[in-house]
Amino acid sequence: MTEQTKSMVEHPEESPGYGTFVAVWAALVVLTGLLVFVSHFGQKAAVWGLLTITPLKAGLVFYFFMHLKYEGPLVKGVVFVALGTLLIFFALTYADVAFR
Amino acid sequence: MSLQASAHAEPRDDFGAKLGMWLFLVTEMILFGGLFIGYSYMRSKYPAEFHHAGSELNATIGILNTLVLLTSSLTVVLAIVSLQRGEKGKTVAFLGATLFLAALFLVDKGIEWTGEIGRGLYPNAPHLATLPPGEQVFFGLYYTMTGLHGLHVLAGMGVLGWALTRVMRGRISRDHAVVLENAGLYWHLVDVIWIFLLPLFYLAA
Repeated sequence: MTEQTKSMVEHPEESPGYGTFVAVWAALVVLTGLLVFVSHFGQKAAVWGLLTITPLKAGLVFYFFMHLKYEGPLVKGVVFVALGTLLIFFALTYADVAFR
Repeated sequence: MSLQASAHAEPRDDFGAKLGMWLFLVTEMILFGGLFIGYSYMRSKYPAEFHHAGSELNATIGILNTLVLLTSSLTVVLAIVSLQRGEKGKTVAFLGATLFLAALFLVDKGIEWTGEIGRGLYPNAPHLATLPPGEQVFFGLYYTMTGLHGLHVLAGMGVLGWALTRVMRGRISRDHAVVLENAGLYWHLVDVIWIFLLPLFYLAA
């Protein structure tokens, strides 16, 4: 009984089963194939693939594999602030490079 | 009473452990993020040289290694699901598969680097010194970023191998899962970094 209560406290939410993660993996493999396919249409297409498909793949890993979907606002906030900070660094660098 | 006694014997804060791991991962994101910014700047400065240098790399191995790491991410997450279900045998098998795939990634990388080094494409090589500055920068970034990533793969193998022995000894179990969950988080980040490295060096360069 004690073990059960402890388990309920530590596993408040039923985590997803094997099928969900296999489906996410399949989506990641398909997106990788799409990225490789798109990159055959020249550099511009490859860069667009890099800017759209790659963040989508990373998002799937963060959201499902890293269980971000099941985390509370604090952990989500930490990741959001970090990625936002990186984006600001990217924007500032490009603002500098573009007007040099 | 028995709960209190066990709480005193082993103080735990699973949420704190996980939050601490995420904070560490944030520092890793900033570390590689800085290198990504450096890459983007240099690529915008030397687009033609990056394109030519990128065509020297073996894209097939790069794509194969992406599939290897994506699959290893899956086996880690499946190890955690099986642990939460109390299926210890499956947890051990999934973690063993992850370690095998991690080793396969490093073997592929070794084959790739051996080929490139054999063609004189390594930092400070006499042949590389004769190439345009943009190509030298490309290979400098390539070895720095894939090398740093490779070190993370090695560290991840160490952490997952240690977690595997603890699962086998029963020290990591359904009710003590946070260590494996954190090891998994680290491994997934290693995967995410490679997800970005593939197009940067092999596809979009």
